[in-house]
Amino acid sequence: MSWFQPADVGFAVRGLLTRVGGATRLFARLVSLLPATARRPDLVRDQVHFLGNYSLGIIAVSGLFVGFVLALQGYYTLQGFGSTEALGQLVALSLLRELGPVITALLFAGRAGTSLTAEIGLMRAGEQLSAMEMMAVDPVRRILAPRFWAGVIAMPVLAAVFSAVGVVGGWWVAVGMIGIDSGSFWSQMQGGVDVFRDVGNGVVKSVVFGFIVTFVALLQGYTAKPTPEGVARATTRTVVVASLSVLAMDFVLTALMFSL
Amino acid sequence: MQKLRTDVWVGLFVMLGAAALVFLALQSANLLQLDFRSGYRVSARFDNIGGLKPQAAVRSAGVVVGRVESITFDDKIYQATVTIALQDRYAFPKDSSLKILTSGLLGEQYLGIEAGADEKMLAEGDRIVATQSAVVLENLISQFLYSKAADATPAGDGAAPKSNP
Repeated sequence: MSWFQPADVGFAVRGLLTRVGGATRLFARLVSLLPATARRPDLVRDQVHFLGNYSLGIIAVSGLFVGFVLALQGYYTLQGFGSTEALGQLVALSLLRELGPVITALLFAGRAGTSLTAEIGLMRAGEQLSAMEMMAVDPVRRILAPRFWAGVIAMPVLAAVFSAVGVVGGWWVAVGMIGIDSGSFWSQMQGGVDVFRDVGNGVVKSVVFGFIVTFVALLQGYTAKPTPEGVARATTRTVVVASLSVLAMDFVLTALMFSL
Repeated sequence: MQKLRTDVWVGLFVMLGAAALVFLALQSANLLQLDFRSGYRVSARFDNIGGLKPQAAVRSAGVVVGRVESITFDDKIYQATVTIALQDRYAFPKDSSLKILTSGLLGEQYLGIEAGADEKMLAEGDRIVATQSAVVLENLISQFLYSKAADATPAGDGAAPKSNP
């Protein structure tokens, strides 16, 4: 029984609790720093530029192709029921409710989250964060909070762009390639999509995902081991943890919002 | 100069998001058709509502004139009570009738309202008395089968009444 030491279990549980507690404390601190961050809009603006504008390309192109595929695949399925006019509704509802927020969040984690983790992790490894503390500058307030709130702002914007581009892409395939009547495509869509229930809930989802992805990225960077290997691991963990959290949270949100 | 340039790009980014949302709300959702005025509510009782759901359309001559607001079951009379909100700009006579209809063969169900001839108009809180339940496919089939069975019995046998003389 030399491989099993009861003390190890206690040690592991304690370590887990410490990490969860530390993460909760950091989250609470980031949220409570909203007024302080709002007084430095220039910091947030730079980060929105970095996280949002640079992600726009991948988001728009992905949205376009997801719209294409949705229209083609939806047409194939709907054809069996002889109701291909419902294609517009299918494309719009899939994008607005699920695919828009979720795929945007996954891409955002890969495109922007990793760079946040690497940046913060390298600051930690290069002892820049310690240096700031020495100068009585709070790194959470000066470095983490603007990035956090910029991510929360950028995520819904990107998700809206993704859904809109996807709808246009779906329209292009449905009308241009398949030959569905443009008028019935839009009118079926408008008949089946509700502004508050579908568009509104999609926005709420993307805001929640913005919180999750940005926070996970910042937490992993902030708690990374200050070595090259530690930063590499933290970056990997950002993608894994953020993606899994987003997918799990999406299930919960969908169950809450659309269970009627 | 660098600061101003970043401002422009971030402004463009946010405006793009706002434009995308406006596009989604106007072009792919029903913001333009939403009626923010509350309209007037009338209720009606049905023996069977079939697959009618809240938010289903109320149509007259094919035009949407209102929405189903709520559907409840009344266990005193064992009937469904359907509350509908009709738009203010449309007035219907008090003896109008409601019918549960289906759009297309397998489409969603909606309420059809047919105008009556009364001179008084429906107002908030009124009840529409003349209603026609949803067509339930199983009932239709069983009616058809029973009438077939009645036809099949020999003419001399008086036990089963014949459906057509």
